[in-house]
This record gives sequence, C-alpha cells and structure tokens, in this order.
Amino acid sequence: MSSRDLILARVRRALAGVPDVEITRAYRGPSQTPGEIRLFEERVRDYRAMVHVVDEAGVAERVALSLAGRGARRVVVPAGFPAPWLAAADVEAVADDPPLSAADLDAVDGVLTTCAVAIAETGTIVLDAGPGQGRRALTLVPDYHLCVVRAAQVVAGVPDAVALLAPARPLTWISGPSATSDIELNRVEGVHGPRTLEVLIVT
Amino acid sequence: MSVTFLGMPATRPFPRNAARAVRDSQLRFNLRKATRTIRARRASVVAEAPDWAELREAGRAIKEHTLRNLDRYLIQLEEAVTAAGGRVHWAADGAEANRIVAGLVKATGETEVVKVKSMATQEIGLNEALLEHGITAYETDLAELIVQLGDDRPSHILVPAIHRNRAEIREIFAEHMSGWGRPAPEDLTDDPAALAEAARLHLRERFLKTKVAISGANFAIAETGTMVVLESEGNGRMCLTLPRTLISVVGIEKVLPTWRDLEVFLQLLPRSSTGERMNPYTSTWTGAAEGQEFHLVLLDNGRTGVLADEVGRQALRCIRCSACLNVCPVYERAGGHAYGSVYPGPIGAILTPQLRGMESELDRSLPYASSLCGACYEVCPVAIDIPSVLVDLRARARHPWPERAGMAAAGWVFERSGRLARLQRAGGRLRRLVPRRLPGPLGGWTDTRDLPEVPRESFRDWWDRTDGGRR
Repeated sequence: MSSRDLILARVRRALAGVPDVEITRAYRGPSQTPGEIRLFEERVRDYRAMVHVVDEAGVAERVALSLAGRGARRVVVPAGFPAPWLAAADVEAVADDPPLSAADLDAVDGVLTTCAVAIAETGTIVLDAGPGQGRRALTLVPDYHLCVVRAAQVVAGVPDAVALLAPARPLTWISGPSATSDIELNRVEGVHGPRTLEVLIVT
Repeated sequence: MSVTFLGMPATRPFPRNAARAVRDSQLRFNLRKATRTIRARRASVVAEAPDWAELREAGRAIKEHTLRNLDRYLIQLEEAVTAAGGRVHWAADGAEANRIVAGLVKATGETEVVKVKSMATQEIGLNEALLEHGITAYETDLAELIVQLGDDRPSHILVPAIHRNRAEIREIFAEHMSGWGRPAPEDLTDDPAALAEAARLHLRERFLKTKVAISGANFAIAETGTMVVLESEGNGRMCLTLPRTLISVVGIEKVLPTWRDLEVFLQLLPRSSTGERMNPYTSTWTGAAEGQEFHLVLLDNGRTGVLADEVGRQALRCIRCSACLNVCPVYERAGGHAYGSVYPGPIGAILTPQLRGMESELDRSLPYASSLCGACYEVCPVAIDIPSVLVDLRARARHPWPERAGMAAAGWVFERSGRLARLQRAGGRLRRLVPRRLPGPLGGWTDTRDLPEVPRESFRDWWDRTDGGRR
C-alpha cells in the first residue's frame, strides 16, 4: 500500500461514524463600504512606516521628494507603473527586463510600486504581482520600498481583501517594514526585508 | 506500534525538569519578562476586535469540519496543487518525510538549503537527517538561528529562543556566527536592533545564492491549492521567493477547505501569536509560482492516531499561535525545555503524549504539567478545551504505585459497609496516634496541607447512638 493510501485509510478509519459540524460565520464579513483613509494612515504609521497623503496632482512631486530624501539614485520600477508619477524624480529607473538577478536587486537603492489592495483596519498593503508591482523578489531584496496606494484601493477589513484577491496569483501581504519579535518578544524593525517602508496614499 | 519521534529524546519526567528549571533565576526572569510583554500585547489587539468571539467560533467550526472531512480535503488539495504545477508527496511518518526531502534535495545536486521556521520539520528532526546525507540546512528565522548557533534546543513554538535574553544572544552571535558563515561585527552590542542587523548581514549572501529552500505552511487551501506562510522578518519571503526549488513539509491537519476561510484565520493568528493586528509579511502561492519548482510533502507522523481519539482529536485544530504558552503559569515558571518535546506548554502537554504515546515516564507526566486553571482554553483562538483533554489523558496514564495502592485499599474498604464501619471505629480509637505529616511517598501530599482531624466517632455511629440527634 502506498503511503497516500495508508494515510487516507487511517483517516477514514478514524472518522467512521463521526458527525459533521456546521460553520456559523457571525463575524464581520466583507463590508462593501470603502476603508477609512485616516484609519489606514494611522495603522500603517503604527508599524513605524512613513505615510504621506497627497492628491493626484501632487503624486509626482511627493515621489520625487521621498526618493531624494532617501538619497535613492537607482530605483527598480516594475512594468506598468504609471509613468507620470515618476516624471519629477531625478533617478535612474531600473526595469526588470531582462529579469534582474538577486545580486542586481541587492545593489539598487530601492523599489517603487503600486499595490493590489490595502486594508485600513490592519494597515496592510497587498501586492499580487500585477502591473506596477512586478514579481515578488523586487519588493523584497532592496532595502527601501516606496508604495503608492490609490484611496479607492483601501478596503475596510481582512474579509474585504480576501474577497477581492485572486488565489492563483502569488500574493505578498505587507504590514510595515521587516521586523522581529524574537528578542525578548519585543518588536524591532529591520531584519531581512526592506527596512524602510514608505506609503503614499493618493486621494 | 512504532514510537513517533518528536524532535527530542524523551528523558526525565516533567516534575524533575521543572524543579531544575525553577532554580534557574535567569531563565525565570527572561520568561517572566517575555510572557508578560506578549500577554499585554495580545490582550490589547484582541480587545480591539469587536467580533473576536464570533471569529473564534468560526475558527473552531472550520477546523472541526475540516478534520471531519480530512480525506476529502486532502485529495482536493493534492489535485489543486498538481494542477498548478506542483508535486505532492505523502509521508506516513517522520523518517519517510526525511527520506523524501533528502531525495528531492539530492536531485537538485545542491548540498545546502535555507529553511523557514517550521514546527513540522523540527518535529521530524529534518536538519539532522539531511546532515546524514551530506546536506547542511541553514535556519534563517532569528530565533531559530540563535538556537542553531548556540547548539541549543527550542523552548517555545513561536520564539524558540525565548529563554535567552539580549546579552546571551550577543554572546552566542559573537562566538558562533563565524563557524556558520559571515562572523558577527567586532563591535556587536546587545541592542536588539544591532542583533537584528547582525543576523541580516550574516544571512544576506546565503539568501541570494542558495538554490533550494525548505518551509512549512500555516495553512494549505484545498479549494485552490494555495500555501500560506505568515512571518515577520522577511526570511520567509527570501526562502519562498529566491531559490529555484521550494519544498514545503506540511502536517495533514493544516488544510483549510476554502480561500474564504483565510478571512477568519488571518485575523485570529497574528493577534493571538505576536499580538499584532497583522504580522509584517504573509506570502501565499499556488503550485509552481513564478517558474519555481514546488514540492509539497504531506506529513502524518501520528496525526491520524490523534484524529481517532474522540476527546483528544481537538488538539489537531491547533494553529501553532502559542498564546496558550504565553498565559500558562506553569510554562512561565518551568520553561519550554521541561516538556521534552518541540511542542511545549499546554498544547504540548496534550499533543506530545498523543503523538508519541505514553510509554515513557516523561510522556506520562505531561498531562499533570498543569494546574487546570483554564487560561489556555480561554485564549485559544480555535477553542481547544485543553483542560478537558488533560484530564482525559490523566485517566489513561499509569499512576504512581502509592496512588494505585491507596486507591486499591480505599476500593476494598468502601466495597462493604461493615469494612468501612470497622475501619472508622479503629480510626476513632487510634486518632491520637495519627501523625500530622504522612510518611514516605505520601508525604508529598501533607507537605503543603494539614491532614484533617479524625473524629471520635463516625456520622453513622452517631446517628445510631442518638437516633438522629433525638436522644
């Protein structure tokens, strides 16, 4: 008997005559109301990420200011990132075409992306490798991540985000910069992922 | 029956381990500080969720439903992962899982792998098994790194190095990092940020060049074949994203039926484990993502035995958040090593004896490593009634001989009312001779209690003599 058949037979033997249970979902499900921008801003800031709220006309200037403030010269910009948003920045935009090696990514000053969804209640941004986001490694290896979130992308809670996201795509849920709680169970920012996360909310 | 191995040798019984641990004042200080910090954080983020009770109830029900239909969901998961370009392997026990993983690594021609923190691979002793095949496994989670560099044993599910404080961690890094790769900076201090930076530098190059990674998974979605890993540092993302080959070893109880179920567990787990609204990073992927080669190893290793137990099977609902460890008064004082298993604390006290059996003195003692205060049940995000399982397991363990002898004697006396009456009369006459402290092994009971006074006559004799108080 294969281990597969063995395990499945053991499971069936263990469950013989055991009744099923009903699942009650009385918790707050998808809300269908947009997420509060003020709450999202506050919750992202709680993770010690930098947050700015700008209107559409001010995005290019804010992107340029943030990149200059960081001293970033070479920045990875994934395909599909809105070109006007980068127009005012004095940086070399590095494309992931042909795909950059891990060492290439380690040598750039940062990465600039959009996101798929953002969650107000938990201060989370979710990337799904779609346009303006690129493959997962792009937002992982560089030490600085600047993410532009449109206000319309901000949902209220986790159930809203789960309902909108496609499981077939590789997803990365990001809540603040890389951190650890492994030393005396206190949160310290900055381990292997980007140590600085900056979020621009476009209203 | 073969004995299930749980990553650590079962040695001395819990009370002896605990007695030794409570004399270590540094350990008690470290644990007290860490558990108090995390308890306060968990309490505040749980209080913030207005529907926590409803989420917990849904979490319990989803897990219970999944376990009731585990065969169906495992097959569905296998089909979905396979359809998405992954390969699924089944391992009946730890030895088989280790063989499968070693074979997969060898097939890549690599001799080094990076690892994301995983309870399942620790349970089966994968690192040791790989070493026998000439493969070195590098732990990349900060706490696992501390344990690996210090040649230590894990003492907590979430933070295996919880028993170490910052000064001890600095010592371990300064002394041992050079033996495993890039040495620690000369001027390393015990500032947590400096220690995190040292870990970043030590592992950076290894992440960028290693071709094979091994992980576990927090959840595996049957409907879509999606794996889910929650983490904080980014070491998980490094391992899941950069290597060409990814091997995930996942216990069969980690399945969730639908994608939607994540809306419950992505709220329950971060708030219960690290006391955050959300952990810094969660990765989900389905099959061979972004051109990676993906293998899923489904692990039984005693789980189907637990599933067969009417009372004990609820332990399989566990999502390894470790909230029960952090609130447990016994864990806070005895520490994780006293439990002699990779699963310490209240959940370990019910999981270890069920997975490993109760052959050893240690495993028989674990159901007693509790005051039955119930704090673990209260914080459990999937409502595992740990105290009830502990009591059930206690009834199954072979009890110590003085207890058995005492119970047998009591049984003989209570069997006939005449025997009881004669013993009571004898007791009444000899009451002045009854000691304040019991002798021998029974003395343990009177060390902390007074022996009740023996009355002059029994209630029945009094009733007969006075006709119920009328005479």
